[in-house]
Amino acid sequence: MIPTYRRIACFGGLYSNYLALEAAVADASQRQVEATFCLGDMGAFGPHPDRVFLQLQEDNIQCIQGNYDHSIGNQLDDCQCGYTDQRDNYFSEISYRYTLENTSAKNRGFLRQLPSEWRVKLGDYRVLLCHGSPRRTNEFLWESTTSSHFLRSMAQQHEADIIVGTHSGIKWHRDLGNDQHFVNVGVLGRPENDGRKNVWYTLLSIDDNGETSVEFVPVNYDHERLAREMRAEQLPEEFVETTLTGWWSTCLEILPGKERVRGKF
Amino acid sequence: MKDAPWIHLDHLDQLWFQVSGTLCNLTCHHCFISCHPKNDNFGFLSLEQVRRRLEESIALGVKEYYFTGGEPFLHREMVDILVETLSYGPATVLTNGTVLKDEWLERLAAAHRDSIYCLEFRVSIDGFTSEMNDPIRGEGTFDRAIGGVLKLVKFGFLPIITAARTWPEEEDAEVIGNFIAMLRSSGYQRPRLKILPTLHIGAEENRTHGYEESERITMAMMNEFDQSQLICHHSRIVTDRGVQVCPILIESPDSVLGATLEESCRPYQLKHGACFTCYQYGSICSNPSSSLWDPADHARMTEP
Repeated sequence: MIPTYRRIACFGGLYSNYLALEAAVADASQRQVEATFCLGDMGAFGPHPDRVFLQLQEDNIQCIQGNYDHSIGNQLDDCQCGYTDQRDNYFSEISYRYTLENTSAKNRGFLRQLPSEWRVKLGDYRVLLCHGSPRRTNEFLWESTTSSHFLRSMAQQHEADIIVGTHSGIKWHRDLGNDQHFVNVGVLGRPENDGRKNVWYTLLSIDDNGETSVEFVPVNYDHERLAREMRAEQLPEEFVETTLTGWWSTCLEILPGKERVRGKF
Repeated sequence: MKDAPWIHLDHLDQLWFQVSGTLCNLTCHHCFISCHPKNDNFGFLSLEQVRRRLEESIALGVKEYYFTGGEPFLHREMVDILVETLSYGPATVLTNGTVLKDEWLERLAAAHRDSIYCLEFRVSIDGFTSEMNDPIRGEGTFDRAIGGVLKLVKFGFLPIITAARTWPEEEDAEVIGNFIAMLRSSGYQRPRLKILPTLHIGAEENRTHGYEESERITMAMMNEFDQSQLICHHSRIVTDRGVQVCPILIESPDSVLGATLEESCRPYQLKHGACFTCYQYGSICSNPSSSLWDPADHARMTEP
């Protein structure tokens, strides 16, 4: 039986940012949310990877396995992030090694058993929650390089009206017509390369007329404390700077030109 | 090569257009389809021909579009083609950067600004100095291509510079460092760079050497191989001969798979030396992409 809701909260990649997760949970609790989902990639980038799990379980957040979770859960050699550039891979290796070394066996077990997708209903709408895309966990679906007819073909093939994902780190929504939508919920793990320090989660709702709405919610948290803890854990200064400034300085080569030009580097 | 593996098209993600055929204003010594100013082996595609395929691509759920040649900007309708494509989806155009005009880029910048989709330029430069580039691409082409890059930057684009690896692979780090430094000092402050392997067919076969018989993909090599690394797993190219399997093999008669996109969605046998290069380096034609090994792929490659 597929559960039916009127309002859900969706969290994207946490990247070990337990402070943003706390703030997002507190925010969502004020917004009449019936269920909360996390679309995967609990670890990476941030400090103390074990700290997000207690919150996820205490608040009964239903989780999907991202590529990072699959890798950490199964202790693979790399994060399967899908980067193609040497420098991007260099930094992703540092954070992967740190996250793997600092994730307990119990939490690795939790990650290992997570499903790769969830299906829920929002009123009459069939919602497919996934990590990258419905067909591939680590597929980057950027707003500027994903055609609407591609998304419609995914929706048809996977029997969904609303596809919800994360993975790329930048939120976006497209109304595909015919009551179909694609939503990238953004991430709680790091700011989205716009010079602002907040992170984002997404509310999906249906009103009394059966109309859907997508609301991106900014989350402010103690990013300076996170940066101090990242430094104390000797994580790369490039990651710390992103937390403090809101500009990405790593994982840049995977960005399409249109998204890249909006950033600083 | 009876036992060469077959590959099935997974989903038509990328649709390429050999939009200016094999006509190019340059005669690069490593060109894998030997383009030059008089090469008419392949003809131009008109705006109407491109439009027909763009329309057909909707039902197939194509994700993005690529334009190559020859030199696409020798095509009088190129700007119109790109502007129209941006109403369908993201577009990437591969150019040598030597013939770009301000008025074209002004129109394209406006179309890019107004579209939800990205227009990417890939500019070929094969060395970080004229001494390195010009013997391969022609006298004066380094300076002209850098001039094109700077024009693109002026109009708000961040072109991807593509360089064919004409140096030993172990020198990559040094060459990339020098490339980035050269582009920055030339005025391109946020350079993007993609290094491509050379393909030992066409003019490159004469410049260096062709493929050995042993340089072929075997069934055993496909075991646990991520097939999405091969462009034929998710792409096709439209030329004036029909719809062909990939941009690299257009001169091979067996690469013509049909007259329409629908007809071209059939399996292809990986029997060429160039397939081996694609296997070794992965995603050589695409802009950056990602992938995971799917065990289901392996079961399907023993027969068409």
